[in-house]
This record gives sequence, structure tokens and C-alpha cells, in this order.
Amino acid sequence: MFKLTTFRALLVAALWTGLLAGLLLTAVQQIQVIPTLLKAEVYEQNAAALSHDAHDSTPQNDWERTAYTAATNISLGVGFALLLGASMTARSRPDNWRVGLLWGLAGYLSFFVAPSLGLPPEVPGTVAAKLQDRQSWWLITVLDTGFGLWLLAFAKTRTNQFFGVALLVAPHLIGAPQPEVPSSTAPAELAQTFITATAFANAVFWLAIGGFMGKFYQKD
Amino acid sequence: MPSTLLNNVQEIPRTETSLLPTVLAAALGLLLLYAAGFSDIAPLHNAAHDGRHSASFPCH
Repeated sequence: MFKLTTFRALLVAALWTGLLAGLLLTAVQQIQVIPTLLKAEVYEQNAAALSHDAHDSTPQNDWERTAYTAATNISLGVGFALLLGASMTARSRPDNWRVGLLWGLAGYLSFFVAPSLGLPPEVPGTVAAKLQDRQSWWLITVLDTGFGLWLLAFAKTRTNQFFGVALLVAPHLIGAPQPEVPSSTAPAELAQTFITATAFANAVFWLAIGGFMGKFYQKD
Repeated sequence: MPSTLLNNVQEIPRTETSLLPTVLAAALGLLLLYAAGFSDIAPLHNAAHDGRHSASFPCH
């Protein structure tokens, strides 16, 4: 039997969560993520101008670009919130926002930290392995880490917990796809700054998603 | 007795399951994440470009 109230509650909570967390992320990105990305883009464009290699992947004026990024962040926020809410439902709906923070932390580890260990966040102009290979590894790593953390947190037996640990480490033993000759048009310190900046911004994003879902989707 | 049988049938407890709505919500979430994070349709990719780099999705 379809329980409409569950779906409605989950959808409403995820929409509000995604909106608020997405807007918060957009603000946090302006501190360091976007400035670093724009700097790297100048290097990329200079290199492209030298090699007459046109690259038209960027929108035009600043406001339009920020609005598109905000829309992307909100979409990602709602999407992540729906997945997190579905996971909460499978276990039990959270008691309060503090429980939500723990779920958010699990999301951060699964969707950002684990894939970034093999495929660090990249500034534009970085040479990387084939896109499809990277997307596959990314997806496997996210799924493995999610299930692994779930088993570590909820499994009743040692064997299942051990299986959880195995899932956590497996993608990193296989290793992420790497380019034959790694290179970047941007200087190394810019790439390093981008990693730190995105690590911070995504932590804020995920804790907000977890916290808001804990609040908006808590037990009746 | 038929009437007793009917009564007994009606007394079987029905638990409302939240499985289907949960799966539906998760599917909707995946669809959104695919559009924002993975789709290679040019306008979507361009609009989501900065967001993808920031979220560390493999972009291009």
C-alpha cells in the first residue's frame, strides 16, 4: 500500500533542505572556490589562445553564471536530500537535527571525501583520464563507501562489519583512473587551494543537508 | 461459517509500507543528480560547470 504521507513529508523536507543548503553553498563558494576556479580559467584560456584550441564551456556574464551555479547547487542539494531522506526512512526517521548531522557526515564521506581521495577536485585546464572511466570509478566509490558506512554503523555481526571495511577500502586498492601524462595549465598551488576550498565548502553543504533534513524530516 | 471467515480475513493486520514512496523519492533524487552532475547535454553541462567542479564530479 502506497503511503502518501511519507512521500509528501520526504519531498517537502528535501525541497526546503535543498533550497537552503544550495543557497548556503553558493554563498560559501564565493569565498574561495569560485575565485580559485576563475583564476585557473585564465591560465586555461591563455594556454588555449596559444594553441588556438577553442573551449566554450563557460557561460558569459557574472550574474548569469552565478545564477546557473546556484540552480545547480540547489538541484544537487534536493537530489542529495532525497537520497539521504530515503536512507533515513529505511532505518528510522531522525529524532532531531543533531542526528541529521551524522547522516550528513556520512553523505560527505561517501559523495565527496572518498571519491576525492582518488580523483581530487580539479580546476579547469587539468589533464585527466577518460571521462567515462572516471565517472565509473566515482560511482563505484560512492556506492561502496555508502554501503560500507551503513554496515559499519548498523551491522550486528563482526563479519558484516568487516565486510563494511572491505567495501570502504576496495575502490582505493583498485585505484582511480589516472591520465598517462598528468599536467595542468594552472600552477600547482592553485590546484591545492582548490582542494582545500572545496573540502570546506562541501563539508558545510553536507552538514547543512543533514541538519536541515534532521529538522524537517524528524519523527512525528 | 462464511461470515466468521470473512471477519477473520478482515482482521489480518495491514501494515502500511513506506517502501514504494522511499524508492520513488530515491529515484527522483538520482534523476536530479544525474541532470545536474552527469548529463553531457551541452547547455546542462555549461550551466552546471562550476557546480560540478566544486562538488568534485568528474566534469570533462
